[in-house]
Amino acid sequence: MASSATKIEGKTVTLEIFRYQPDDETEPRYDTFEVPYREDWVVLDAINWIKDEVDGSLSYRWSCRMGVCGSCGMMVNGEPKLTCAVFLRDYYPKPMRIEPLEHFPVTRDLVINMDDFMGKMEKLQTWIVPKEPRTIEEGEYRQTPRQLADYKQYTMCINCMLCYSACPVYGLDSSFLGPAALTLGRRYSLDSRDGAKDERAELIQSDEGVWSCTFVGECSRVCPKNVDPAGAIQAGKVEGTVDMMKSMLMPWGRK
Amino acid sequence: MSIPVYDVLIVGGGGAGLRAAIAVAQADPTQRVAVVSKVYPMRSHTVSAEGGAAGVIKDNDSAEDHCNDTIGGGDWLADQDAVEAFVEEAPKELIQLEHWGCPWNREADGSVAVRPFGGMKIQRTWFASDKTGFHMLHTLFQTSQQFDPVTRYDEHFVFDLLVHDGRCQGVACIELKTGEVRIIAGRSVILCTGGGGRIFPFTTNAAIKTGDGMGLAYRAGVGLKDMEFVQYHPTGLPGTGILITEAARGEGGILLNKDGRRYLQDHDLGSPLEVSDPRHPQLKSMELGPRDRLSQAFYWEREAGNVFTSDDGDYVHLDVTHLGEKKINKRIPFVRDTALKYVGVDCVKEPIPVRPVVHYMMGGVDTDIDAATSLPGLYAAGECACVSINGANRLGSNSLTELLVFGKRAGMGAAAFAKANPEVAVDALAAQVGDKAARLKSLYSEGREGEASIASIRRTLTSAMETGAGIYRDQARLDALCETLREIKARIKDLRITDRSKTFNTQLVQALELEFMVDAAEAVAFSASARKESRGAHQRLDFKERDDGAFLKHSVAFKSDGDPRIDYKDVSITKWPPAERVYGK
Repeated sequence: MASSATKIEGKTVTLEIFRYQPDDETEPRYDTFEVPYREDWVVLDAINWIKDEVDGSLSYRWSCRMGVCGSCGMMVNGEPKLTCAVFLRDYYPKPMRIEPLEHFPVTRDLVINMDDFMGKMEKLQTWIVPKEPRTIEEGEYRQTPRQLADYKQYTMCINCMLCYSACPVYGLDSSFLGPAALTLGRRYSLDSRDGAKDERAELIQSDEGVWSCTFVGECSRVCPKNVDPAGAIQAGKVEGTVDMMKSMLMPWGRK
Repeated sequence: MSIPVYDVLIVGGGGAGLRAAIAVAQADPTQRVAVVSKVYPMRSHTVSAEGGAAGVIKDNDSAEDHCNDTIGGGDWLADQDAVEAFVEEAPKELIQLEHWGCPWNREADGSVAVRPFGGMKIQRTWFASDKTGFHMLHTLFQTSQQFDPVTRYDEHFVFDLLVHDGRCQGVACIELKTGEVRIIAGRSVILCTGGGGRIFPFTTNAAIKTGDGMGLAYRAGVGLKDMEFVQYHPTGLPGTGILITEAARGEGGILLNKDGRRYLQDHDLGSPLEVSDPRHPQLKSMELGPRDRLSQAFYWEREAGNVFTSDDGDYVHLDVTHLGEKKINKRIPFVRDTALKYVGVDCVKEPIPVRPVVHYMMGGVDTDIDAATSLPGLYAAGECACVSINGANRLGSNSLTELLVFGKRAGMGAAAFAKANPEVAVDALAAQVGDKAARLKSLYSEGREGEASIASIRRTLTSAMETGAGIYRDQARLDALCETLREIKARIKDLRITDRSKTFNTQLVQALELEFMVDAAEAVAFSASARKESRGAHQRLDFKERDDGAFLKHSVAFKSDGDPRIDYKDVSITKWPPAERVYGK
């Protein structure tokens, strides 16, 4: 319904945007906007243009516009994307359909509610529980580049929620801890400074944890930071199996 | 309305805010802390910092050297007692972050690695590849989750500080999800809201950096200190302004003009060594000079017609090709990623186009060395504050450390204040908010049929700032800027608001942010107009020399009914008398 009143010179591209205002609407709708096409614009630039020039009521989150704050995840033509990191030129001249990330309750327009994830991080103790407490005066823990490499990749998660949006298991059952939270749990368990691996393992190996994953691998495919949550989850399964076998075959041994 | 009361209420959940929250929770688990942020904490702009955090850790380094570099780098406007405290506490805080899990880069023996940075005579910048701020923020946020006394109010926009009986006792905010106006009381309040780079059109700063905390304090009668000092980072990408970290030069990257000349040698920054020379890059020389001087060199190169031109503005080249793919991938992977994505340049093969871009505000809410402001119960830390350790020009990698040192100091100070001042006048706070809440409610239900769109006023503001208060300034341009700001203050009362929803009304937030931006811009413009000298990042074509006789002083801008009032206060000088700034010698 809303269409651009602003006259645009040069090439344009069409965005269909999901709109939903819980205050006074019961059904979501799609609004179509004609926006200027620029070679160097990311999808977020086009959305910002709409908000500034056409419809100031369009609601969405964004901030750093350089792919690191994790705010601006949306569905672009059915795929979860960071809208500051995909370009209009990747889609031109086809129209683009912009929707809120899937599998989350929609607060308004393109804004989703992600409280569920925040609680999951806390449950998984995503912080260092020191193996050997140390005072500041004793200086830093020694950690070799190789030990750093063991977990470094899993620290790169920006909590953008794209992996949850791509995960069919989470879509069916939101009690699944999900790719990012499990990966962050693993990040700390692999850190040479940490001593809470066993505590985390209980949750990681539970029904909400790695065993719910059916290894579709979509999470790793959509991850904008190449964190590979699917890899982290599979490694968690292997580890759980090895621990279980050990405890069956060598019940006297250390878990 | 039920009003929650906290001992310490922190506005902002970036590096400084989270460090403050943890400090309170660790010092006294009986004290309750609220972190009120307009975004989820891990979205805060600390996340975008790249290069690293300075702290003396290696045997070849000393506190004396770090002080020396910082004070000279700040063109002697930093308070030297504050710098000494900062330098002393810096390594402790960085080790603390290490204990909390920050993935610092390491030497082969497992100790933390350091890298060179601009204006620093000795390598002392701790780093987590080139995403140091990201890792620090996520480490702090994840660590903070274990402390039960810390309650988060995510996505709550603070629009007013509540002052009663001469004490700051809380805030009024909008819960974005519901649009409800909430009052949150605090026996003490800490502002950790970051800077306001968005008052300029071309900035590395994220969208959220609209000077909110500066505006809140300013309206409550607290002074904004040294606001005329705005740092241009010499290497932003043309078009977007996305930052290419100084670490690219720390690792050996060089700056070239359109003739392929390392032009910094023509601007009193030393003489270049061959990139193959093992002594390259030389500390405190050429590409490792301070940011203000490098950005000023660009200005003169452009005047001389020595830069490239494009639709996205003029630029020079940052060349890292000689570092080779392996080193680039290991030490500055995000640089490669970013340049490839946003300007289509693979820096392994060709130079990156760069130009100066507004990056950091040295000025901010006037605080003392313990992060306390002149308003009892109100503290400030991080970029929104001005202690000042940065003086007229901040050295790269001092600000991430500043978040920690002064975040912690603010937390400790605020906690002690709360203990000594337990009474909170909840009813009086509620009465204060009544009118403002009613005004916001009417905006939701009726909108406002104003003449001026948010985007058009924002454009007028930012472009006036660039023209009037850019890298070089003069009286005529500053006068024009001040006049434009007076007009904007009149027009902003007639802002058009079309979004009438209470749910996640980002247009209303933008309008409130724009009002804060105007406060910050006014303080910058009038302070710059009054400072008739050149020092650090404040360069005047009509007053080219530093004038210690008249201006070895902090400016402090106070809000008034008309133009702001500009006062001055003394700089603390302990051991380092003002001298000439020398680089490359």
